[in-house]
Amino acid sequence: MSPENSVGLVVPRRMQFDTPLILKSGAQLPGFELVFETYGTLNEARSNAVLVCHALAGSHHVAGRYADDPENIGWWDNLVGPGKPLDTRKFFVVGVNNLGGCYGSTGPLSIRPETGKRYGADFPLVTVADWVAAQARLADRLGVDTWAAVVGGSLGGMQALEWSLQFPDRIRHAIVIASAPKLSAQNIAFNEVARQAIISDPDFHGGYYAEHGVVPTRGLRLARMVGHITYLSDSQMADKFGRQLRHGEHKFSYDVDFEIESYLRYQGNKFAAFFDANTYLMMTKALDYFDPAYDYGGHLASALARAKARFFVASFSTDWRFAPARSREIVFALLQNRLRVVYAEIDCDAGHDSFLLDDQHYHALLRAYLGNIAV
Amino acid sequence: MTEHERRARAEQRERFDFAVIANWLSPGERVLDLGCGDGRLLRYLNETRDVTGYGVEIDHGSVLGCIRNGVDVIQMDIECGLLGFEDRSFDHVVISQALQTMRATERILTEMLRVADEAVVSFPNFAYRANRVAIAAGHMPVSEDLPYDWFDTPNVRFFTIVDFEGLCARLEIEIRERLAFDEAGQEVADDPNLNGSLAFYRLGRKS
Repeated sequence: MSPENSVGLVVPRRMQFDTPLILKSGAQLPGFELVFETYGTLNEARSNAVLVCHALAGSHHVAGRYADDPENIGWWDNLVGPGKPLDTRKFFVVGVNNLGGCYGSTGPLSIRPETGKRYGADFPLVTVADWVAAQARLADRLGVDTWAAVVGGSLGGMQALEWSLQFPDRIRHAIVIASAPKLSAQNIAFNEVARQAIISDPDFHGGYYAEHGVVPTRGLRLARMVGHITYLSDSQMADKFGRQLRHGEHKFSYDVDFEIESYLRYQGNKFAAFFDANTYLMMTKALDYFDPAYDYGGHLASALARAKARFFVASFSTDWRFAPARSREIVFALLQNRLRVVYAEIDCDAGHDSFLLDDQHYHALLRAYLGNIAV
Repeated sequence: MTEHERRARAEQRERFDFAVIANWLSPGERVLDLGCGDGRLLRYLNETRDVTGYGVEIDHGSVLGCIRNGVDVIQMDIECGLLGFEDRSFDHVVISQALQTMRATERILTEMLRVADEAVVSFPNFAYRANRVAIAAGHMPVSEDLPYDWFDTPNVRFFTIVDFEGLCARLEIEIRERLAFDEAGQEVADDPNLNGSLAFYRLGRKS
């Protein structure tokens, strides 16, 4: 990272919301807190605000680094900064940890006011629509009536799409990358394996592990391992690991033989050390339930009839989790509604996770599209 | 000719091609442009005729060009047809000097007239006099409208005005209007298959 186009040192902020939020499930949160970061300056016309929505394991820390933790660089730092494709000299960029998250916003780790104990398993299931409703309250408080753009990859892209439906007049551009209009049976199946890994961990205690002073580390580790497989492409795994052996020979044991095993264990361990199991369960459910066409007899074009935003949709050739065909579903539903859309199918070897990389062509597309947004 | 002159002439030629197509469109129309390149035609049509619509393009660099030009582009391969585009959802489907770069000629023509009631097609006429002369001299033609050496041409279909009209007849496509131009951009009335370098068609379905 060249320091001259980094947003530099950043400080997360918190915002308290006291009006109850009725969730899609019917449950109610009496109030909640969101943790967020901003980069750049809101202009006088308040026309340059961009919301960046995070995916499954992401957070409000989109760009820059912390003074007390300089290694902790924002998860989309390659995209967001002065002179970068999402240019903070032009835009006022907002990153927010979603409701139910485990990076500081109200979630299963928060203390429940009624009981004085952590919510744990009692935290209600929140959906993509609930996240967007909560983000809208943050927008109100930041003085943002209309986002110049809402940007997201994967589950983040679903939030951008949801913004265009829930608040058609508050979003000018929806940037939906490596996403899908709903999960396939195969997508849900992978999520269910991840959930069962967590739920069947003896340390899970029905979600009340905090009260037992333990963490379902084994379950989280497995969940992340299975998830990680779906983020990478077969060809990339073959290139990176192939059948490389850890010890140069077959050990005829269940310890690490192949390098890919070592990599997955490393990723699993790293994740299980900090991510909350209840949040993970809830995030995967939010993915499973996301389906704007559900209330429209499965007809996506009817669901998108409300939208007014212009769209930038992009997919990656080797993404088999949300394959290009899934993005095309969104594109053609937009076309049926005569909405403006740009669709790019990017050649990138890195599978689903391509959206986080700084592939030259990918970033050139985003730079060009974002550059044309009037503020 | 200097590089500057060459470019100026190419641009002049391009504006002339665009104007021919623009003349066949009504103001404010909805247009789909197949093989739209960097979106220049759509931008021209938008600026001159208030036309809206989308380009379709497979090439990565061209898609980037479209975005830079502020043109809405859908990146996809149309060799398999226009799957996803609804019947009669556009006023015109245009394919400007790109049909010869695609293999599925019949499918593309049929699909164009599914998605719109009228199609506009332009292509280089392989039977143009200068091209015949080149072949007679033993060489593949390189000309204003066929500007590529045989070993690096994007073109995969080489056909003439007569051939194209034969295919239209076989596909029951109605030719509503035809214009042919020589390399100097002069309209050709006499024996267009010999004297026309570039041909433009307005096509519809035979009812």
